[in-house]
Amino acid sequence: MQKNIRKYWPIFLLPTLAAFLLGFVIPFCQGLYLSLCKFTTINKATFVGFSNYVKAFQDELFANAFWFTAKFTVVSTILINILALAIALLLTRGIKGTTPFRTVFFMPNLIGGIVLGYIWQILLNCVLSLLGKPLLALNATYGYWGLIILMCWQQIGYMMIIYIAGLQSIPNDYIEAAYIDGATPWQTFWKVKLPNLMPSITICLFLTLTNSFKLFDQNLALTGGEPAHASEMLALNIYQTFYVRSGPQWKGIGQAKAVLFCILVIAISSLQLKLTKSKEVQQ
Amino acid sequence: MQKRSRTINGIWTAVLTVLSLAWIYPIVMVVINSFKVESAISTSTAFQLPTAEQFAGLDNFTSAIGSQGFLAAFFNSLVISVTSVVLILICCSMCAWFITRVNSKVTKLCYFLFVFSMVVPFQMLMFTLANLADKTKLNTPFNICIVYLGFGAGLAVFMFCGFMKSIPLEIEEAAMIDGCGPIRTFFLVVLPMLKPTLVSVGILETMWVWNDYLLPYLVLDKTKYMTIPILVQYFRGGYGKVEMGPMMACIVLTVLPIIIIYVLGQKHIIKGVAAGAVKG
Repeated sequence: MQKNIRKYWPIFLLPTLAAFLLGFVIPFCQGLYLSLCKFTTINKATFVGFSNYVKAFQDELFANAFWFTAKFTVVSTILINILALAIALLLTRGIKGTTPFRTVFFMPNLIGGIVLGYIWQILLNCVLSLLGKPLLALNATYGYWGLIILMCWQQIGYMMIIYIAGLQSIPNDYIEAAYIDGATPWQTFWKVKLPNLMPSITICLFLTLTNSFKLFDQNLALTGGEPAHASEMLALNIYQTFYVRSGPQWKGIGQAKAVLFCILVIAISSLQLKLTKSKEVQQ
Repeated sequence: MQKRSRTINGIWTAVLTVLSLAWIYPIVMVVINSFKVESAISTSTAFQLPTAEQFAGLDNFTSAIGSQGFLAAFFNSLVISVTSVVLILICCSMCAWFITRVNSKVTKLCYFLFVFSMVVPFQMLMFTLANLADKTKLNTPFNICIVYLGFGAGLAVFMFCGFMKSIPLEIEEAAMIDGCGPIRTFFLVVLPMLKPTLVSVGILETMWVWNDYLLPYLVLDKTKYMTIPILVQYFRGGYGKVEMGPMMACIVLTVLPIIIIYVLGQKHIIKGVAAGAVKG
């Protein structure tokens, strides 16, 4: 059978592979090479070695963006996962109206980051102006918490769905057995539900971690990096380096930053997958 | 015991009700503001209901549809989403079948590359990809689906492969013995079994493509084509004075179709997302 199928590779494999080469492999390799060049267009690139990387490390805004992103990722990942799990636990208790609640909590996921950012900018600015505080664009701390609130609002529903599916797949026998053995609900949660939930936790952590780290649309729409790049995250910083800053050296530095960013994302997500996968138990 | 747990459940229901009202409030706020006249929309009054003289009726909506290139952007978004998602579903499911059924070094390498591409951030290739798309004339709403197929293949192939490993080989072998070629086997036997995964992947990819901002912004020929996210960003980007009323109406018109589709098909969407995550 294998041989039979193999002959048909131009039909089955080729279309996707050709598009993949065009849309991923070639630009990726070009990007790697260009990070070692000084260029304004792809055809006018001169090789300069690692100087772009050196300059990227010297760029204070980049370091700033890194710390802002790191702080944001840690806080938002923890908050989203705890709240999503809490809501998932509530919704699997057999309360009336579970379906409409689920529907409402999931809804923000369907709206794009740009529109979401804009909606929350109006809302948060209104709250801030009613409280007599400076607006989002003037204070980086408010921008930071604004982004956290926005991210929670958007992502909790999605993670909740995954946690609910995970909770529902735990065999009822386990929970009954724990109940008969006299376990309190608290103990049942920590000793029975949570270990069996590890696969869902792995996925949710992976999704929230990478989503937060790679965040761009929401950052651009809500704060735009204001004031003075203080609320700028890595993805936005790279974009600004490429397209907003003027000067022939910046595109190369931007590409070098992008490579560093890419390595960071891969390192963090594979580390997380390794850590949580080792905690998964067999059912 | 019974009674106590009932009151506790009652309390939780109340908490969840308040929480879900807070959850939809931002959207309600935009809807309310979209009915206000221009002068009544300001930073500090966004929460207030419009008074009788501030009520603008449908004026904002008609001017949003009429003037701001909204219809063209909506049409572009629709074309891009439909063509890209259909293309991704067909090509990636075929590709995933080939990868799982043919065991060779090449298919293993392909699989590894697809999985790898899921983690790579778009910033890594935005400049080179936009350039390449420009050169190969993929910068129109009808051709950009090739770019989406390439960049979105990772997730789709990964999810299809995850599901296909669980299909018993015997069914396909039986079809082949009965005289089906690989093409007929795939479309008549494998594809129908894939239906739940097709729905999952379709929903995830639609959500991504419809809402994507940076890829179409960089790849599309900006002077000619816009999509809805680009339009929204364009209007607030400080090109003269932003007209808040039509802007709000524009957002409502953008969000409304998604919410209607969601409410109608929410069962499938939520199931699809859950199934997709378990496979992932």
